[in-house]
Amino acid sequence: MTAGRNLDTDRFFAHYATMQRIRAFERAAIRAAREGLATGAIHASIGQEAVAAGVCGNLVRSDLLLSNHRGHGHTLAKGADAGAMMRELFGREGGVCGGKGGSMHIADFGVGMLGANGVVGANILIAAGAAHGVHMRRSRSADDRVVVCIFGDGAVNRGPFLEGLNWAAVYRLPVLFVCEDNGFAATTRTEALTAGPGPKARAESLGLVAAEVDGNDIVAVDALARDFIAAARAGEPRFIHAKTWRLEGHTAADKGAYREAAEVEARWADDPVARCEALLEQAGVESRRLAGARDAAVREMEAVFDEARAADWPAVERAFEDVLDTTAARNAAD
Amino acid sequence: MPELTYAEAARIAIAEEMRRDPDVWALGEDLGRGGVFGQYAGLAEEFGPERICDTPISEASIMGASVGAAMVGTRPIVEMRFSDFALCAVDELVNQAAKARYMFGGQARVPMVIREPIGIWRSSAAQHSQSLEAWYTHIPGLVVVAPATPADNKGLLKSAIRCDDPVVYMEHKNLWGLAGEVPEGDERTIPLGAARVERAGTDVTVVSWSRMVQTCARAAATLEEEGISPEVIDLRTLWPWDRERVMESVARTGRLLVVHEAVAVGGFGAEVAATVAEELGAPVRRLGAPRIPIAYAPPLEDQARVTDEMIAAAVREMA
Repeated sequence: MTAGRNLDTDRFFAHYATMQRIRAFERAAIRAAREGLATGAIHASIGQEAVAAGVCGNLVRSDLLLSNHRGHGHTLAKGADAGAMMRELFGREGGVCGGKGGSMHIADFGVGMLGANGVVGANILIAAGAAHGVHMRRSRSADDRVVVCIFGDGAVNRGPFLEGLNWAAVYRLPVLFVCEDNGFAATTRTEALTAGPGPKARAESLGLVAAEVDGNDIVAVDALARDFIAAARAGEPRFIHAKTWRLEGHTAADKGAYREAAEVEARWADDPVARCEALLEQAGVESRRLAGARDAAVREMEAVFDEARAADWPAVERAFEDVLDTTAARNAAD
Repeated sequence: MPELTYAEAARIAIAEEMRRDPDVWALGEDLGRGGVFGQYAGLAEEFGPERICDTPISEASIMGASVGAAMVGTRPIVEMRFSDFALCAVDELVNQAAKARYMFGGQARVPMVIREPIGIWRSSAAQHSQSLEAWYTHIPGLVVVAPATPADNKGLLKSAIRCDDPVVYMEHKNLWGLAGEVPEGDERTIPLGAARVERAGTDVTVVSWSRMVQTCARAAATLEEEGISPEVIDLRTLWPWDRERVMESVARTGRLLVVHEAVAVGGFGAEVAATVAEELGAPVRRLGAPRIPIAYAPPLEDQARVTDEMIAAAVREMA
């Protein structure tokens, strides 16, 4: 890891605070699932926080983000309100999607977060299309938004990976693809079922400039994301393969029997949050300040947990809203 | 009123809507050269390659990218070439386009028109001939339209383009060359969800859509000569369908026949018939294709066709 006194400590303290907030949110979400308060599946991103913070920390509010089923961290890092997100996980009134989406469809269009997706790889095409729409409108107005799409390593074996990357390259769209490789496609090791030299080579074969990065190294992720987002904004689509590791189960209910305790323990030594903390300490940030950020994150997420638990259920009529505008109507002229 | 073909009427509808709204664009394979059926002829010359966008043969991307492009405020017209090929893009249509508004709690709108040409078209066999409209009526979040005439293909397509819902727009390939009078003018739209009486009658209500409307009309003309008066209703929009018009008609005639080119089993005719039976208790019948894939050889292909003789025979039995 690049360390030392030259570190922009304000920048990385902000990333650190984001990572602590994600971790605390995920811990609260797992607790909610285990206590039966979050009734659906919870896919936590513990261990992957540096990707969310480093990538989304380089976006502005109007930029657009598409995420996958493990999307809480990305959504928080894009600026969504943690309280509205937690209420969504609980399926309560005031949830960011009104209780209709839950964890896997978390979205906050107000901060440019156009949705997590329950279908692996589906967000790649939607992201390419959002970038296509932005690109089309550029001829009429100064729209310099960039689109970022974060998907997992499992997505590289789906057709939309090929189609969407080709699409972005052919039309030179303002989009950055980020393969957040946590090592597992659901509960199977991705490497066991993925042929060839990997996601970067696949992206390069389609003409995209691509790079690999240690996804647990916030400094490296931040630097690469900053460069690639600038290029993508200028109409040069880019691809990042960020290697990280999922420290918890596939879902909150998954005890991860398919991996040895020793392996998980070894991976905890590479915890991106701890690495960022050590880096900041080394750069002279007081440990009290670091602990303060961690404690504040934990308190914040405990509070949103309690608020979500206390919130009402959505009114049942909402189940029938937001389906279609079109209604059967007699043709007046007929 | 000028006489136009079904294909020309659609092309004019798109041109008019693209002139009035710079966010409307079309994308699909071979569109720059006018589309596989000429239904985009001349549009690339007027609007340029960005708005009449040639795409790779990537149906999932054409559909999925349109979902994203619609979410950011453009209004894509998605050309799927054949409804059969659109099956490569079912996730993007069913799980994404149809669900985005709902599952994000109303934050997303996905205004897109998905053109999926349907129907038997001589010797095109099992992967270029299907009528799959019933599949999409089953999906909450989609509007399904199947125009039968040139005038409707202009007016309904314009309404579909202006609609903020995703609209599956199913033109029949055998109708592209059908000529008919088409009203001129930008504002001559036809509302979605409104049926049309093709032919008024008193004895049996015959509900149909798409190409079968012409077949039903021919059968009705034959039956009139025999003293039987069928009322032929063109549903035009399958979802949401004009129950009021159908119920009013069946309340008068006392019986219902639904006719479609699609396979009868699980077809939309079953929905119409069941609804009428539940609400009015009237006798109902369906006519559709047998549950066989569509064959290549003309005599075999014909086994999948519903003919005017079959319609007339069914009406005679009911009347």
